[in-house]
Amino acid sequence: MDIVNKWLVFWEKFGTGGAWQRVLGEGLVNTLLIAFIGLLMGIVIGTLIASVKVMPKYKLLPRILDKICGVYVGFFRGTPIVVQLLLAYYVLFPLCGINIGSLNTCILVFGLNSGAYVSEIMRGGILSVDPGQMEAGRAVGLSYGTTMMKIVVPQAVKHILPTLGNELIALVKDTSVVSFVAAIDLYKTFNEIGNKTYEYLMPYLFMALIYIVLVALITLGIKCMERSLRKSDRSN
Amino acid sequence: MIEAINLTKRYGNLTVLDEISETIHEGERIVIIGPSGSGKSTFLRCLNCMEDPTSGSIMFEGVDLTDMKVDINYHRQRMGMVFQQFNLFNNKTVLQNITLAPLHIGLKGVRDREKRAQIKADIEANAHKLLQRIGLDDWADKYPSTLSGGQKQRVAIVRALAMNPKVILFDEPTSALDPEMVGEVLDLIKQLAEEGMTMVIVTHEMGFAREVASRVFFMDGGKIMEQGTPEDVFERPQCPRLKEFLSKVL
Repeated sequence: MDIVNKWLVFWEKFGTGGAWQRVLGEGLVNTLLIAFIGLLMGIVIGTLIASVKVMPKYKLLPRILDKICGVYVGFFRGTPIVVQLLLAYYVLFPLCGINIGSLNTCILVFGLNSGAYVSEIMRGGILSVDPGQMEAGRAVGLSYGTTMMKIVVPQAVKHILPTLGNELIALVKDTSVVSFVAAIDLYKTFNEIGNKTYEYLMPYLFMALIYIVLVALITLGIKCMERSLRKSDRSN
Repeated sequence: MIEAINLTKRYGNLTVLDEISETIHEGERIVIIGPSGSGKSTFLRCLNCMEDPTSGSIMFEGVDLTDMKVDINYHRQRMGMVFQQFNLFNNKTVLQNITLAPLHIGLKGVRDREKRAQIKADIEANAHKLLQRIGLDDWADKYPSTLSGGQKQRVAIVRALAMNPKVILFDEPTSALDPEMVGEVLDLIKQLAEEGMTMVIVTHEMGFAREVASRVFFMDGGKIMEQGTPEDVFERPQCPRLKEFLSKVL
């Protein structure tokens, strides 16, 4: 049987041949590192940008910041992630004499990219919070920034958690392009198996399976978080 | 204590407040009445600069709050505000709602760990005392969404009290409440009045206005049309607009 044969060839390399160690130890770990640290960076950057975007704009400083954020979001949403990776790794960093390795470059670029998307998600979340919450915070003498971080953003996060989960899922899958800049991820390690055995069916099927399991686990995790954040909603 | 000088607020071509000059003294209980859209709430919200006046100024204890260089947050700490929609912090428990601002301000710049713990304990003890006063101490660890409207508003009043304000501004504190809950909130405000708290109250409750006020403002068209003791305003109204208003609401 052809398929059994293909499986045996794959398993010889993946299981008994020990390639799984590289797949899980390096490929999977890097994929998760890039996606999770990228999202964390994205949440921080996105929250900051969103806070600037919803700021009242009487003064000059918020207006300048708003323009800068606009350019930032425009660039990162307007170009494909591959282009951003290539630009950073082969053009920008060598030009500036920065050498932080391909994995760190990927984490950085994914973080910056995700920041642009999260900022729009976060802005929607912040706008969905009752303006009375901000007023109440200001009325007891808290500053705009303190009220934002202690009162408004936590409530916004609760609203946008499902969308943020989507962003994480998208990030996990988008990491499959990082081999463009010589980083090792899930795709790269499975592709290596295929290259060595000249047999791609099983490695790619297996790769797809791992991505599906990853996404399923993330979905589950998000659901659990949502439930615990619902505490402050009507509970009894 | 609070002095409005030529206070004007415009939204585009619409003049909401028209050159209001008025002084509110310590210990006074000002009640503002008037038809919808007369600028009552806007006037109140201008007093602590929740709305920035278009022109004119607000003097609070000798400081011009409309001056951009003034630390408005510091002065707002001493002007409590109670909202129509309560506006309790939904992501904080009842206790945290009360302690959030005092803790944030009290702990600022304090590094010593023991001192921090002491400040925190004091503030929380004070919050519990305030909650006991309104009979809601058992609810300290519940979230606002589990409270009734009247309970929420009482917690909101206590939240303002926790800052030891010089004056409390009430923006239609009972308008969003079920009729049967209005009483408990008004009773609490009356208690505060008896204790000598300075307050400015915008309300549609005429009976309450008459009972609690030391001075009543009648506003219409962005101006204070008439003012005086509750007896004067309610028994012997002078301007025709006030007579008409009273005949409709009493």
